[in-house]
Amino acid sequence: MSDYILEMRAITKEFPGVKALDNVSFQVRRGEIHCLVGENGAGKSTLMKVLSGVYPFGTFEGSILINGQPQQFRHVSDSEKQGIAIIYQELALFPELPIYENLFVGHEIMKGRIIDWKETKARAKGVLERVGLDLDPSMKIKDLGVGQRQLVEIAKALSRDAQILILDEPTAALNEDDSENLLNLLQELKGQGVTCILISHKLKEIVAVADTITVLRDGRVVTSLNARERKVTEQEIIKHMVGREIENIYPKRENVQIGDVLFEIKNWTVVDRTRNREILHNVNMQVRKGEIVGVAGLMGSGRTELALSIFGNVPGYQITSGELYLNGKQVQFRHPADAIKSGVAYVTEDRKLNGLVLIQDVKFNISLPALEKLVEGLVVNEHEEITMAEDYRRSFDIRTPSVKAKVGNLSGGNQQKASLAKWLFAEPSLLIMDEPTRGIDVGAKYEIYTLMNRLVAQGMSIIMISSELLEILGMSDRIYIMSEGTITGELDAQEATEEKIMAMATKTTEGVRE
Amino acid sequence: MKTADVTKKVGKGGLGAEIRSLLASNIRDYAMYVALVIIFIVFTIATDRLFISPRNLVNLVNQTGYVAVLAIGMTLILIIRHIDLSVGFVAGFLGAVAAILLMRGWNVWLVIPVVLLCGIAVGVYQGLLVTRIKVPAFVTTLAGMFIFRGLLSWVTAGTGTIIVRDRTFLQLSNGYIPDLPWGQNVNFHLLTLLLGIAMVGIFILGQFKQRQDLKRYNFPTTSPVIFVGKLVFFSAVILAVTWIMASYRGLPWTAVIVAIVLLIYNFILNKTRLGRHIYAIGGNPEAAELSGIKVRNVTFLVFASMGLMSALAGILYTSRLASATPTAGLGFELDAIASSYIGGVSVGGGVGRVTNTIVGALVIMSLTNGMNLLGVDISFQYVVKGIIFVLAVAFDVITRSKAKV
Ligand SMILES: Nc1ncnc2c1ncn2[C@@H]1O[C@H](COP(=O)(O)OP(=O)(O)OP(=O)(O)O)[C@@H](O)[C@H]1O
Ligand SMILES: [Mg+2]
Repeated sequence: MSDYILEMRAITKEFPGVKALDNVSFQVRRGEIHCLVGENGAGKSTLMKVLSGVYPFGTFEGSILINGQPQQFRHVSDSEKQGIAIIYQELALFPELPIYENLFVGHEIMKGRIIDWKETKARAKGVLERVGLDLDPSMKIKDLGVGQRQLVEIAKALSRDAQILILDEPTAALNEDDSENLLNLLQELKGQGVTCILISHKLKEIVAVADTITVLRDGRVVTSLNARERKVTEQEIIKHMVGREIENIYPKRENVQIGDVLFEIKNWTVVDRTRNREILHNVNMQVRKGEIVGVAGLMGSGRTELALSIFGNVPGYQITSGELYLNGKQVQFRHPADAIKSGVAYVTEDRKLNGLVLIQDVKFNISLPALEKLVEGLVVNEHEEITMAEDYRRSFDIRTPSVKAKVGNLSGGNQQKASLAKWLFAEPSLLIMDEPTRGIDVGAKYEIYTLMNRLVAQGMSIIMISSELLEILGMSDRIYIMSEGTITGELDAQEATEEKIMAMATKTTEGVRE
Repeated sequence: MKTADVTKKVGKGGLGAEIRSLLASNIRDYAMYVALVIIFIVFTIATDRLFISPRNLVNLVNQTGYVAVLAIGMTLILIIRHIDLSVGFVAGFLGAVAAILLMRGWNVWLVIPVVLLCGIAVGVYQGLLVTRIKVPAFVTTLAGMFIFRGLLSWVTAGTGTIIVRDRTFLQLSNGYIPDLPWGQNVNFHLLTLLLGIAMVGIFILGQFKQRQDLKRYNFPTTSPVIFVGKLVFFSAVILAVTWIMASYRGLPWTAVIVAIVLLIYNFILNKTRLGRHIYAIGGNPEAAELSGIKVRNVTFLVFASMGLMSALAGILYTSRLASATPTAGLGFELDAIASSYIGGVSVGGGVGRVTNTIVGALVIMSLTNGMNLLGVDISFQYVVKGIIFVLAVAFDVITRSKAKV
């Protein structure tokens, strides 16, 4: 058998106006963890979609060999038959169905002509154990945490005898514990002979688990590093990714000027009406002008709910008590429109789900929250709109053939930049950013951090919700830590450490009441 | 990644490649025009040219009128991912209301606004149910379909078919615009011809301006050959239609009414903030809400507009038949929804243009008209329309899933 379980030779894939992959050759050894890194839009996801048959044979140039055998995948099911399983960043599980049904959907275990549920459940238990999940297989997906769902996805792949497991940014939405858990699992699977291709922007993880690291830039392979022979450093990867060195990815801010209190909430308590329980309890928070306030906490600690309830979008939630002050004046936001008018903006956690209108173009999305700025009489001035969007495209380096390209066709990181541009166009005085650098490459991260610094220097205030402790530590002036819907601690940037934050984030105080 | 490749590729591929790529990216629009042309050719041959006689074409315009306005309203509904099944009988019922009011001796200039207001009221009622109480639109309007069907039979129960005699009212769907005084000296309708020529002028100017704008921002443009080809083709079509109308009795009032409605809706959808909001809601309601768009209010407005269009359709239909019948409105919703889908509204929402919907309406009504000329049995007509409807949606689903790749 060939030394390589997978070879992709001279792959070229074009989209209208974009050459996403340019003569890419990519080889994966049997039983290794092969990491694929590169800037946003470098072509990582596209390469994996070519491999898995999402882009069928004939829509790209080049060839794919599995175990030395040329392959022509016309459909995802063809690649599945060859033992390739791809797990996308957007999970493809059915939230309302139990785990065992999700595991075997499309590959039901049959007894004659009917589904053998008993056997299904039994086997489900087995695969779940393989990924280290000790859960009842009849639990519904919607009741699982993001980390657990990710593991269920892997279990699903394993139940189909996957030989090559592809994970596209699996840890982007996970907290540190869950991420570590997942990486350990990958190494375990490696021991069992499963080959794994991992795409990630978290370089720390990459250096920890990779056997080989392939770096893509602008649709070409820059280099392939063997991490078994010698230790590869993050710095080295960064250099290959962006083509230059970035010394400190958290740029220092010069002459920090922190002003008066801009925003304050007092005794903020929110109830989830559908489940009839408190999700936020007595939250107090202050943000000053020119300040970056970090909000740390584990998944489900109520950070996004806090942001949403401040922003006036509370479907099914009810603010049972609490006051909100802007510039010392008490205000009430009944709808995001009110918040936007008062100068509050919220960059959502999930740009695809509720951040962007993917089927519309870049300029449409950027102008959406503050269209009135472009309206003359009744008409939206499209010239101004294009000029404005072009400005943002240039200053944020949004990589797109033009501002008339559909946002859905941009790579993940460029979508994130577009959603940031959209909110800056609304000229907020308080910008709430929920996981602002999720799925973003180091270069773009650096740009976004620089931008944040520039904004606060101009007097804007930022609330940054993040699960990445280093980011929280690197960027914040002050840090609030949340756990179970309450604030369990507040730290100044100087005194904060990872340990202190983690201790507070896992603290269970009076918490929210059932 | 490299933007420069775009221009290079266009330059290098030549005309053939450009046509191919245009075809590939606009396959939906072209399919609709091709369908229309085929329908015209087939019926022209099958009816021994009766189908394209000026008389029948004017007939076709008048028949299309009520479906066209319904379809325009429906396009908005479908873009924001809702549906309205009640429009047929709302139109039927309000048409009957108009007939009854006229019969009672109300002035026609009072009847029309009153009926239109009733339409808005119906839309408000359904819009409130959908947006405030959150009854799904499908259920709300299915119920509406029954309610207004019932109301229609009830108000026509005593009288049966109600005949309308008001001359002004009948003009709406049977009359023609008056000619200029100088038109008496020529044997064609002068004003119609002038309007047609003016339209061509506006069309050409508009296209040139659009092209200049694209160039100004370095957006890709079609090559000059294709641009001029498109101009010539559409100008020729407009002039041909104009000539046919001018040599008959001139422009029908229905065409004027539809054109005004079309202009207004097209303006709203493409130029105004409200239009942007409608597309945003259709594309991603959660993102729209979080961008400060009051989804509930916009949805409500779109239902109100649908009510207004239903009322207008009812007026046009009653005028067309010169009477209100107990079964008026049967199946209009299918025509309206099919027109929208044939015109390129996406089943998933967020996509659609009223200008294309009008062409979709022409497709559906040419079929109806042609089959009527051929004396095709009405039951068979339903089968044909149903099949066309499903085919159009299937085509939409297939082309869109391809486009993703
Ligand atoms: N369906 C599509 N149509 C047009 N262009 C596309 C399409 N899919 C991807 N692209 C373009 O191809 C390039 C590569 O995109 P890809 O998604 O592979 O990047 P990526 O390396 O996964 O980036 P990220 O880290 O941001 O996810 C980008 O420039 C993107 O805009
Ligand atoms: Mg990607």
